Amino acid sequence: MDSLRYLLSRLAQSVFALFCIITLTFFLARLAPGGPFLDEKKIPEHLVEQMKRNYGFDKPLPLQYVRYLGLLLQGDLGPSFGNKGFTVNEVIAEGFPVSFVLGICGLAIALAIGIPVGVMAAARRNTALDYSLMALAMLGICLPTFVIAPLLGEIFALKLGWFDVALWENSSAWILGAVTLGLYYSAYIARLTRGSMLDVLNQDFIRTARAKGVPPLTILFKHAFRGGVSPVVAFLGPALAGLISGSFVVESVFGLPGLGQHFIKAVTNRDYWLINGTVTVLATLILTMNFLVDILQAWLDPRTRANR
Amino acid sequence: MPRPLQDQTLPGWFSNPVRLAVGLVLALHLSSCREETRVERATREKILLLGNGAEPKALDPHLVSSVGDSNILRALFEGLVTYHPENDSLNEPGVAERWESNADFSEWRFYLRDDARWSNGDPVTAQDFVYSYQRILHPEMGSPYASMLYFLKNAEAFNRGDLKDFAEVGVKAEGERVLVCTLVGPAPFFPDVVKHTSWLPVHRGTIEKFGKMTDPYTPWQKPGNHVSNGAFMLTDWRINAHVKVRKNPHYWDAANVKPNGIDFLPLESPFTEEKAFRNGLIHLSYSMPESLIGEYKALPDSPLHIETYAGSYFYRCNVTKKPTDNADFRRALAYAIDREVIVKYVTLGGQTPATAFTPPSEGGYQPPKVISFDPAKAREYLRKAGYASGAEVPEFTILINTLESHRNIAMAIQDMWKKNLGIEKVKIENQEWKVFQQTTQDLNYDVSRAGWIGDYVDPNTFLGIWVTGDSNNYTGWSNPDYDRLMRESSHLSDPAARYAKLAEAETVLMDGMPILPLYWYTRVYLLHPDVRNWHPLLLDNHPYKHIDLIPSGEGGSL
Repeated sequence: MDSLRYLLSRLAQSVFALFCIITLTFFLARLAPGGPFLDEKKIPEHLVEQMKRNYGFDKPLPLQYVRYLGLLLQGDLGPSFGNKGFTVNEVIAEGFPVSFVLGICGLAIALAIGIPVGVMAAARRNTALDYSLMALAMLGICLPTFVIAPLLGEIFALKLGWFDVALWENSSAWILGAVTLGLYYSAYIARLTRGSMLDVLNQDFIRTARAKGVPPLTILFKHAFRGGVSPVVAFLGPALAGLISGSFVVESVFGLPGLGQHFIKAVTNRDYWLINGTVTVLATLILTMNFLVDILQAWLDPRTRANR
Repeated sequence: MPRPLQDQTLPGWFSNPVRLAVGLVLALHLSSCREETRVERATREKILLLGNGAEPKALDPHLVSSVGDSNILRALFEGLVTYHPENDSLNEPGVAERWESNADFSEWRFYLRDDARWSNGDPVTAQDFVYSYQRILHPEMGSPYASMLYFLKNAEAFNRGDLKDFAEVGVKAEGERVLVCTLVGPAPFFPDVVKHTSWLPVHRGTIEKFGKMTDPYTPWQKPGNHVSNGAFMLTDWRINAHVKVRKNPHYWDAANVKPNGIDFLPLESPFTEEKAFRNGLIHLSYSMPESLIGEYKALPDSPLHIETYAGSYFYRCNVTKKPTDNADFRRALAYAIDREVIVKYVTLGGQTPATAFTPPSEGGYQPPKVISFDPAKAREYLRKAGYASGAEVPEFTILINTLESHRNIAMAIQDMWKKNLGIEKVKIENQEWKVFQQTTQDLNYDVSRAGWIGDYVDPNTFLGIWVTGDSNNYTGWSNPDYDRLMRESSHLSDPAARYAKLAEAETVLMDGMPILPLYWYTRVYLLHPDVRNWHPLLLDNHPYKHIDLIPSGEGGSL
């Protein structure tokens, strides 16, 4: 019963947060200076007025907001004016699978590298191995994706010819994109894993196990690992949401048609509905992931449950 | 080993994780032992792979305005008159076989060919053009480029909603085959104007299948629905991935259309484009990173092309505000800029230092040589403007939109004004694109960066914007002499006499100096040697049907 109440209250919090985000985004986008109907070649005033009427922008803002919420409840995110003839739903539906593949593969790479590295560094704490692994991880965090991505392209696509350097269809460039994202996140995960593994390894029950003569590898994997990766799981929620919602840099470097480009372009184009739509999708993703992670953590670490 | 089919929207191994993993391995394997690049294969299949800048905003000729969008529309649609493949000041017959005007160029008759067809097989008629012009001009359509049709009598009044009856607008069909355009005044260059995308026809049946004539954003533009009358038809469109067009079998000249199709690829980053070109993914790039121009120039048989482009880069001065309200002060600023240094060390793309506003065209209009770099003259004008030294000049700001290259130019100019005039207090402010537009249009600036690309080859597309009341002026400048000269020029039939009159008008403009011309554009891009019949064009509006693809490796000569 308790845990059900906990779940429901977490759900209510999430929905409330989503509502606030949607509302805030709607008004902030409208308050930004400039507007969608400005171009280098001037669009005559009477035509701008007409375009505003075509989109219902001539109505008072609160009314537009209410209408927007109404449409949103029906799952209609509105038209996009940066991509005329497409609805925001269609734009997101086309971009999402690309970002999803990039994100999932990126995350898999990040975990496959990050966790073993973190565990290894923790097991060999304060040795040359630990220092060099952590130095590498620090480097990975510091090197921005806009340096890594072109570098990977230059080496693995143009020098070695293993992959294509750009484009999506029939192209292997997305693999380089996933690797870029994976490397970036793996550095975080490695540091996070090391830190929490060290915490666990310093605890009494580990010392007891050692004293009882349990083999070091068994201690590491059977006793310490589950507690040690718990913070990583907490990090996974926002990380996965971030990965799936796309990375503008990776997409533009490898010419991939994911969601990340829309995030940036929607804002520069003042494509109001696309701004709202992409933010709503990202917010929903993050909130859902966090919600799931909370449940997963409760399962991983009984104390989280007991403490509530 | 053959690579997967080109026309799938998603790689086949995309659908489940096991196949994904296999695909990963396969992709590795394939690309390590591939025999031909994408470009080589496309050449064999005669598909032109073209980097096209940003994702198109629409594929409706009445909605778009950008260069990339009009590239796609030029492949899909054909106007009354079309571009010549080698010289864009020449006119090629399009849907119209021939055309003629009355003695003072104010009424034009276009005779349509009887074998022009839409991609669904319907005949293209004069009524289609009347319908299209009514659509773009309709006030409820809100078409951003409607003003291009203001050449037609009463078009502006109809577009503003002051005139309700389209029958009064100067365009009529006489039977199926004759289109008569009655203009507001003489326009000897009218056939050049109708080549622009805003004058392209749309298919009435298709538009109205998906909504009213004036519904701007219906799904008619999607593949499967889209009907066009050009050499190619739309087969696929995926946002940020590609627009694919293939040969239109109903096109009247289909037998002479060389490519089987074109893939327009929206690669917005010039760096990505350059790498895609090097990787054999595209035949032609849309742009080129400035920092790599030098390296490419040094290559033997370099794919780098630098060509004159009908565009002018300049600074607007706000003549309604101190200190730029003083013409002598503006002249001082203009003469203190060393344009050679800017094109040679800052822009790097082989641009030409501007001596006036309108770029010259070979065998056509030559702008007056007014402006030069002359520090002594600049200082004299500064004194005339009432400043004993540059230190007395009040602080003012150069407004740019956020882009590294604009900032570099602004910094060079800031330095030149300091060195040559002693002006200490020049600030540079950058604003994000949409905000920048607003600030400039509201005349909330002192000096603002600008660029102007010709819509057609005639100098009228440049000089027309400085006429009193033009919506693109944004400087507050107006001069009755200039307006009179521009008006007089439009009545002249002899090109030489007309150009002389326009040059006179431009001299007046340069004397008033509401703008500081900096340089004339070039187009800098990469072109694969397989692409043939590609000629430098001033407007860069290539008629794609003439472009051929022949493997350069197989004994084809360059």
